[in-house]
Amino acid sequence: MSKRKLDIFTKGFFKENPTFVLLLGMCPTLATTTSAINGLSMGLATLFVLVLSNIVISAIAPVVPDKVHIPVYIVVIATFVTIFIPLIVVNCIVLGRAEAFASKNGIVDSALDGLGIGFGFTMALTVLGMVREILGSGSVFGWKFISGDGLLVFIMAPGAFIALGYLMVLFNKIAKKN
Amino acid sequence: MEYFLIIISAIFVNNVMLAQFLGTCPFLGVSNKLSTATGMSGAVVFVITLATLVTYLINKYLLVPFGLTFLQTIAFILVIATLVQMVEIVLKKISPSLYQALGIFLPLITTNCAVLGVALSVVTKEFTFGGGAAHMLNLGESVVYAFATAIGYGMALIIFAGLREHLELNDVPKQFKGVPIALITCGILAMAFMGFSGLV
Repeated sequence: MSKRKLDIFTKGFFKENPTFVLLLGMCPTLATTTSAINGLSMGLATLFVLVLSNIVISAIAPVVPDKVHIPVYIVVIATFVTIFIPLIVVNCIVLGRAEAFASKNGIVDSALDGLGIGFGFTMALTVLGMVREILGSGSVFGWKFISGDGLLVFIMAPGAFIALGYLMVLFNKIAKKN
Repeated sequence: MEYFLIIISAIFVNNVMLAQFLGTCPFLGVSNKLSTATGMSGAVVFVITLATLVTYLINKYLLVPFGLTFLQTIAFILVIATLVQMVEIVLKKISPSLYQALGIFLPLITTNCAVLGVALSVVTKEFTFGGGAAHMLNLGESVVYAFATAIGYGMALIIFAGLREHLELNDVPKQFKGVPIALITCGILAMAFMGFSGLV
């Protein structure tokens, strides 16, 4: 794999991590990460849709008139998404990558971009889900290691924001060191 | 009374942003200035209310009679995209400065999940307000619910933008600057809103 292709693939992990750097797809990030397994499944579903939509959009982009490109992209994404959870259709990551990358690049590059961003997203959601599950119910991937209730607030809405905020601080610290 | 309960419930108890996480991206994206947040709130109120009215009618008189409910997501998103395009054209004419300030977040209202979320939930979910029985909302109730939800979203957005403007002036540890501290503040705001639960 050439250096450029490798860069396209790996930038989603760190440099352009959709959750921590691009701040895209926040709604599913916060809503589905009540446990590690939920976060992981949402991440993988998005990864799948992202790769497929990137491939199709990079293929059709040259023939789509500029004026109607957003509705066309949305319909393409909606077609893949109806199989899963209807709300990924409006997940800004998918449309964001279609607009920012797939519409201007070739099929292979776009597929790699989808894979990389999708992995970065899955990673972030799994970590956030793990943190919330550990703090909120004292378990990880369903394996309970602290008896009794956890800090319930971390399963609920406020805990999602707070956990993500602190994770972002941690991410910034690590990113700065590298 | 029913309408009153719908309004209170949608604005405070089940706030679309702070309790259901719908529309988080624009919430974080445009909340660093109060003026932009106010403009965005206005646009969102307009789009959510009108979109719900139109999609409710399309669903009831077109999709359901012909057994096409599986097309809900696609049909609704197209209606929303058209409305957003309309708002964009109007705003570009009457307030170019606000149009500039909203930038990419204006076309992205299309992907604001609060809009699709509300439109889909009024036609698919049963609601209970107060002590009443669970029921599907009729047209009037749906529009009132959509409007109140949007007001709740706008309110949360404006409160949050106000908080963020103050945060800018405070001495925040370097790594927390910007989005992280905003998220933590938002968590505390959501906690405050949890105090409303049980109200209706």
